Amino acid sequence: MTDMSFTPSQSGNRSGKIVLRWALYIMLGVFALFYLMPLFVMVMTSIKSLDEIRTGDLISLPREVTFDAWRTAWSGACTGIQCEGMKPYFWNSVLIAIPAVFISTLVGAMNGYVLAQWRFKGANIFFALMLFGCFIPFQVVLLPMARMLGLMGLAGTISGLIFVHVIYGLGFTTLFFRNYYVSIPSELTKAAKVDGAGFFRIFWSIFLPLSLPIIVVTVIWQFTQIWNDFLFGVSFSQAGTQPVTVALNNIVNSTTGVKAYNVDMAAAIIAALPTLLVYVIAGKYFVRGLTAGSVKG
Amino acid sequence: MAPILQINNLFKSYGTVEILKDINVSIEQGDFLVLVGPSGCGKSTLLNCIAGLEPITKGNLSIGGQDMTHVSPKDRDIAMVFQSYALYPTMTVAKNITFGMKVRGIDQAIQDQKLEHVAKQLQIEPLLHRKPAQLSGGQRQRVAMGRALVRDPKLFLFDEPLSNLDAKLRVEMRTEIKALHQRLGASMVYVTHDQIEAMTLATKIVVMKGGVIQQIGTPSEIYNRPANQFVADFMGSPAMNLIPVKTRKNGKGTEIEIARGNGEPITLVDTQNTDLPADVILGVRPEDIADAALHRGGDTQEADCLIDIVEPAGADTFAVMQLGGNHVTARLHSETGAVAGQNLRLAFDLGKVSYFAADTGERLN
Repeated sequence: MTDMSFTPSQSGNRSGKIVLRWALYIMLGVFALFYLMPLFVMVMTSIKSLDEIRTGDLISLPREVTFDAWRTAWSGACTGIQCEGMKPYFWNSVLIAIPAVFISTLVGAMNGYVLAQWRFKGANIFFALMLFGCFIPFQVVLLPMARMLGLMGLAGTISGLIFVHVIYGLGFTTLFFRNYYVSIPSELTKAAKVDGAGFFRIFWSIFLPLSLPIIVVTVIWQFTQIWNDFLFGVSFSQAGTQPVTVALNNIVNSTTGVKAYNVDMAAAIIAALPTLLVYVIAGKYFVRGLTAGSVKG
Repeated sequence: MAPILQINNLFKSYGTVEILKDINVSIEQGDFLVLVGPSGCGKSTLLNCIAGLEPITKGNLSIGGQDMTHVSPKDRDIAMVFQSYALYPTMTVAKNITFGMKVRGIDQAIQDQKLEHVAKQLQIEPLLHRKPAQLSGGQRQRVAMGRALVRDPKLFLFDEPLSNLDAKLRVEMRTEIKALHQRLGASMVYVTHDQIEAMTLATKIVVMKGGVIQQIGTPSEIYNRPANQFVADFMGSPAMNLIPVKTRKNGKGTEIEIARGNGEPITLVDTQNTDLPADVILGVRPEDIADAALHRGGDTQEADCLIDIVEPAGADTFAVMQLGGNHVTARLHSETGAVAGQNLRLAFDLGKVSYFAADTGERLN
């Protein structure tokens, strides 16, 4: 952005510009350090031994690097009476998040496609209601959802959690895809209709291949939401189906005696790692996709 | 043989808003029908109705003798070229062109053969493996045409296909579409708001306004005998001069009196049209007013007129004056001696004039 205001002809201002530019960099650097600080403390703490944590400084580098805490967090830490670490719960989360993200993204894409390109009577009201769904707080749906899951025989199961996350995510995924597809000229659908393609054919052959940026946005959004969810996880699971966030809470809060800070930190990083990874891998598409609707071409 | 396209008493409304009112059109095999009118006149909606992309509220429509009123677009045996070209952005040119055949499950060998034929015909062979985003406007236009041609349909539909091109390319593509029509002998329906496109391409023109057909006819009928003031004004560039005049019967015919703000009225005598009301609108094409000094032959009547503006345009020079309270344009020879602010002797040719009723605007002669 700053490049745009920079014109070579104003050479008199040049040194001033350079100073400004460096001031900007320094400020950004300070903020980056500030935000990285907690992560730094977490990582450092997780690779120290308990003795060193007790005696040492919070931000000092470890004298001796040990991954014992990581091993314990992954497969040995106690969550209440079981001491299997994060591992089983991590896989629960994977089993919940992947199908839930996949289904909610696909159904959202289909919804968006219908709302944007196959307008029907009341489409706007329908869309407004779906939008409304985005703003309903989690807490409001807890009781009705518990009743629903009970009636469906899904209470306390992985499938039940997938169902909850799909339902709750549809508002957002529909919104994303609808707004993306609405900018695609309707003549494209018309041309495909004249070419003989039907509803699903047009979706698969023409709209889905166009959707990569918005799919990335939706997947990141949904994955982060579902992976990081605690409330639904703690409400609708039972022993054996709890997601990683619930396990993390149990590890941290249910220990008795000496607090194993290094194990807690390692567990927290393990729980956060997948979302971090998703951002690193797909982050640049995320920004691109978010602005795709607003900037043409 | 049954007409290739027949539309009977077609109505189309969105809610309570009537977009098309009582449309009746029919064309024969090989006709090039142009739907023309100002924006919002319903011409594109009519085309979408023909394609089956918009349902019809009332009336019926048949293509190739078969009733297609409620048939879906894919079964109407039509192909359509859109204003935005509507090429599938993620497919290569070749895939764009063959998509329709692929959807219909046509044999791969036949697909390849047809693709090759069309690519050669439109000279787009080097582009076949590119994506639409890598093509220029003119190239996209060609690909869109190719996608229609490859289908070999009963009826081609064009929705303002040239309006996104620059002026020079538009004229080139216009000629090319005309050549294509002559070569294929195909039936086409073409929507445009550009009256020159309509005149040059059509074998039959439908002029529309406000969802109502104003006139159907050949380009020469539309140009020379416009059915009402709207058609007269819309078709032709510069537009037909519409001058309110007073008429009086005399022994030889009808005296036409054109009032002038600055001097004596001009009086012309029309010997052909003898039964006109007292107040009419006289319609004269600019080319029927000539520089008397350069004009030779023809049955004309002369008068001196004060020229307000002179606009040289190369082959012609346009002279604008005030007659009957309106601006009147004359298309003069480029060697005319017309000077702005001076009088010029003009020759009026009444052989091809139109008269319109002052109140309804309908044609009288």
